Amino acid sequence: MSVTSLLFYVFSAVLLLSALLVITARNPVYASLYLVLAFFNAAALFLLLGAEFLGLILILVYVGAVMVLFLFVVMMLDINLARLQEGFLHYLPLGLAVAILGVLELAAVFWTAPLGHIPAPGAVPADADNTRALGELLYTHYLYPFEIAAVILLIAIIAAIALTLRRRPQSKTQDIGRQLAVKVSERLRLVDLRRPRP
Amino acid sequence: MSGQPTLAAWLILGALLFSIGVVGIFLNRKNVIILLMAIEILLLAVNINFVAFSRYLGNLEGQIFVFFILTVAAAEAAIGLAILVVYFRKRHSINVDDIDELRG
Repeated sequence: MSVTSLLFYVFSAVLLLSALLVITARNPVYASLYLVLAFFNAAALFLLLGAEFLGLILILVYVGAVMVLFLFVVMMLDINLARLQEGFLHYLPLGLAVAILGVLELAAVFWTAPLGHIPAPGAVPADADNTRALGELLYTHYLYPFEIAAVILLIAIIAAIALTLRRRPQSKTQDIGRQLAVKVSERLRLVDLRRPRP
Repeated sequence: MSGQPTLAAWLILGALLFSIGVVGIFLNRKNVIILLMAIEILLLAVNINFVAFSRYLGNLEGQIFVFFILTVAAAEAAIGLAILVVYFRKRHSINVDDIDELRG
């Protein structure tokens, strides 16, 4: 067994184990931390497949941003865990049945599909540049989908901010428009002090 | 053979990971946060299949597709969590069973 195969099995085992722990963890904080471990192992598997750019993106975007977002939300919400755990085992038989059926069906496909004629690729050449190759493809042939992806991210930012923005009535904030539109008569009152009092 | 795992090994890894995600959706039917995490696991399984095919067929377009899947998954997680936060603010619960206001 070569080093590549050994690494494949080690990373796959840790990936599957941490994914199992994600879905069975009692505490959502632990679940998101196990998901971080799963994403690290998936990034290592991507590196084994010669997809360095995607492996690094997986760590940067998922571990760095999405999982921090999950952790942030989990810790911000004061969740009643006991109620969420109700019926945890109630759905286990059905879920297991669906999962086993799915795996068997996919295994049957792999068994009958002519995958054997696809040879294992040779070693990645030392001067291969995955990022450059992806970039050349992305900025020429896939430029239009790339721009759409950027717009989707922008829409997601705006939607997330608009959803969670809330104005508290008692908070002290400046309204620049009202400040600029103010008139003298609203701020200044001239009192004539020379007039004798009645 | 050149010492690499076969394509079928990668695909079986993807299938196992996908089924773990499906079981996660069934098991954590009440906890929306873990439901979102299970969806991330499903997408990860699909991504592994895409990258494996891309490597074994020598075609980079699979990796391009993974790039777009990652983009959409990040947007989905952000909006999903934002909806969750707004809902929790209103109802002080994230139990799926409590989300039944639209039921007639």
